[in-house]
Amino acid sequence: MGTRNGPANWLPHFVLTLGVVVFAFPIYFALIGSTHEAATIATGRMPLVPGGQMLDNYWHALTSGTGFRVSGTPVGGLLLNSLIMALIIAVGKIAISIVSAYAVAFFSFPGRMFFFWMIFVTLMLPVEVRIIPTYKVVTDLHMVNTFAGLTVPLIASATATLLFRQVFLTIPDELAEAAKIDGAGAMRFFWQIVLPLSRTNIAALFVILFIYGWNQYLWPLLITTDRSMETIVIGIVKMIGTSEAQTDWNLIMATAVLAMLPPVAVVVFMQHWFVKGLVETEK
Amino acid sequence: MRRRVIFPNKLLPYLLLTPQLVITVVFFYWPAVQAVYYSVLLQDPFGLRTSFIWLENFQTILTDPLYLGSVEVTIVFSTAVAALAMGVALLFAVMADRKIRGKHVYRTLLMWPYAVAPAVAASLWLFIFHPEIGFLGRWLNEMGMRWDYKLNGNQALLLVVLAASWKQVSYNFLFFLAGLQAIPKSVVEAASMDAGPGRTFWSIIFPLLSPTTFFLLVVNVVYAFFDTFGVIHAITGGGPAKATETLIYKVYVDGVMNLDLGGSSAQSVILMAVVITLTAVQFRFIERKVHY
Repeated sequence: MGTRNGPANWLPHFVLTLGVVVFAFPIYFALIGSTHEAATIATGRMPLVPGGQMLDNYWHALTSGTGFRVSGTPVGGLLLNSLIMALIIAVGKIAISIVSAYAVAFFSFPGRMFFFWMIFVTLMLPVEVRIIPTYKVVTDLHMVNTFAGLTVPLIASATATLLFRQVFLTIPDELAEAAKIDGAGAMRFFWQIVLPLSRTNIAALFVILFIYGWNQYLWPLLITTDRSMETIVIGIVKMIGTSEAQTDWNLIMATAVLAMLPPVAVVVFMQHWFVKGLVETEK
Repeated sequence: MRRRVIFPNKLLPYLLLTPQLVITVVFFYWPAVQAVYYSVLLQDPFGLRTSFIWLENFQTILTDPLYLGSVEVTIVFSTAVAALAMGVALLFAVMADRKIRGKHVYRTLLMWPYAVAPAVAASLWLFIFHPEIGFLGRWLNEMGMRWDYKLNGNQALLLVVLAASWKQVSYNFLFFLAGLQAIPKSVVEAASMDAGPGRTFWSIIFPLLSPTTFFLLVVNVVYAFFDTFGVIHAITGGGPAKATETLIYKVYVDGVMNLDLGGSSAQSVILMAVVITLTAVQFRFIERKVHY
């Protein structure tokens, strides 16, 4: 693979531009689709340039979510549900993982390694695998159709605990020694030294976990039977329904655009943290 | 690894561990034990009578042609998704690793599909490949190819593979790019002195990338197994005629729709065994650092 500059340089640009275009293609269509009338799309001859219905469609989707042929929930409410769910999952995972990693890294107590392995093994039990029995537990605890039911079962995190433990192992012993000599207790050391030192890792992890939470599908599908608790990702699939040609595709596409806007914005604007988080959580 | 300096508190570490452990026990271990327990029971749909039947559920599943069909679908689907998503990503990464202008712009523009939920990705691809109103779906029909993913099982499988791979390419791309950038430039330059670009790639760069490739292979298979439920649920609902019913989709159908607790639990137990094997294999190889 020559790294020299020269005439061979058109190839990478050609391939990458083609890639970018192919990757953006579905989004471009969704954007265009969300600016036309349902009837224009139903003819199958939707123009490839924006139509004039953009504000109408988005306003309609946000406030009622229901067209002539689709019955949905107002997208505004769905977006709020998704936001609450994603935030609880991201913040919750970080909070409980950072304290358990702190316990494992800075204390010596009976059962320390046992508990560490107990958390570690959950890596091998993704929610999709134990879906039916977990659903039963949530039903028995009367947590169906609540934010607690949507989020708490997903909040335990072996990955985040492992990551914070790695970070804590790089904190020099001298720092803890100095804190002890100054008379700082374990919690004071945590708040004043450990937490500030983990700032960048927390930011990186937050980006990844926010996207993870926002994009959940199978779990909210089971837990939300009440339409007012649905998330945007569930809402859009319910709108598609049987996907007939004669449906309000303009509203569906407006909803799709609204559904991907928050996580995509997080990735694009917090790119640095996103890449850092992705590489750290997986390695 | 142990620290020299530790805090003397006796109770505090347990308190700090409590939230994580409670959630882990209630929502991970307890359900996992339940899955194993239900998998050896036969329960009538109303939950009135249960009888212990040992491994009969597993026997029923493993001889059920529908289950074996779903195994086949899963193998074809995950192989296709992993091959497509990794192949395309590797091509982009190799191109973006060259000294070209604007590589950061390309990186940003290839990265964002990662953030799109699988089910939302499905709705976008549905809009393009819908046989009547979709831009490409309609075009295929006008070209005389009978395109209808609601009737043709192979076309349905192709569409879910496309939608599922599309968003996974971003992830693979970032890891391949990081892997390529970690290879010393001197090695590549030395090799390209006496070999053409093709040979340099296959005999030097590709082998050096093998830890990344192997890691991504496991991640992609796990993704195709479990995270693509939304894509399939949104586009095909497992149809037509179960042509896109993967193992995880079948657990959902049998457990939630057909209320076959024993059967779906046995399937969950089998899937757990698959995940445990994949994770174990991954850790074993990462420890050994797949390398030439």
